[in-house]
Amino acid sequence: MGVEQKLGNMGVVTTTLENVVNWSRTNAMWPMLFGLACCAIEMMSAQAAHYDMSRFGMELMRASPRQSDLMIVAGRVSKKMGPVLRRLYDQMPEPKWVIAMGDCASCGGVFNNYAIYQGVDEVVPVDVYVAGCPPRPEALIHGVLTLHEKVKGIKFADMAAESK
Amino acid sequence: MEKSLEPIVKNLQDKFGATYEEFRDEVHCFVKPEQIVDALITLRDEHRFELLSAQTAVDYYPQTSPRFHVIYQLTSLAQNLSVQLRVPVNGDNPKVPTAANVYKTAVWRERELLDMFGIEFEGHPDPRRILMPEDADGHPLRKDYPLGYEEPQFTFNFEEIDLRKPYAKE
Repeated sequence: MGVEQKLGNMGVVTTTLENVVNWSRTNAMWPMLFGLACCAIEMMSAQAAHYDMSRFGMELMRASPRQSDLMIVAGRVSKKMGPVLRRLYDQMPEPKWVIAMGDCASCGGVFNNYAIYQGVDEVVPVDVYVAGCPPRPEALIHGVLTLHEKVKGIKFADMAAESK
Repeated sequence: MEKSLEPIVKNLQDKFGATYEEFRDEVHCFVKPEQIVDALITLRDEHRFELLSAQTAVDYYPQTSPRFHVIYQLTSLAQNLSVQLRVPVNGDNPKVPTAANVYKTAVWRERELLDMFGIEFEGHPDPRRILMPEDADGHPLRKDYPLGYEEPQFTFNFEEIDLRKPYAKE
């Protein structure tokens, strides 16, 4: 990129395809609504005017798994909700990511009993765990940015190897 | 005991040999499992207890035998009265005749008792679990059901628990 800057003409930018794809994925990541408990309130406020997640291209929450590439599991997942969650995850198009928001989704939290999954990673693979009960909106935004960092580092070669 | 409850309890005593206990002005009448349907019919038809406001159970294991009490809380809206029937049931293979033919509410309540305590209701029209997944093991509200489900993961036992944790696949 150095040459173009020196020439003063920004009409053409050379970069790698990987960079462009990952950049577009991070800056238009559409999360799916999956509010299950009190964490959903914090998730909503992270989206609202005060914290404004649209600064990171995350303003559009989708109600349909077909249109989303990030699942934010906000709350405890009961044994009966597990199959539903897995089904919605399977319906999301590749590539897809999961954030386990809050203690309950991460490890069961205070609900160590027969009705609640001890961590949503027993149902779907999780990329980022956000601690807190519930986490503040800043914590969720930090989790989202951590995921963005992860997505920016994805290599095509790894994805091809994974899909085989 | 409230004055207007006295003839009702008297009737239960005469008809079914019911014993009763009082606690803070609430009356609990004890009847045998085989008498419960008739007792409910008597209360509904003769004493106008038109509402089965709660049907539940208590597990007194290991202090008391028989361990279960199935509880029928009846309300009479017309008379503003409330009376409780209790049926003590034994622990192994607990069975009670269904109340679903007397009060329709009992269908779901008894499904919940089957689910949570494993108490069988003979003649129940739809004996399935209602809250837990169909393939669940055991009955969670029994006192001998394990309280915790998974050992908490700390730094000192992280690896050990991590190995046997059922992680999901892609």
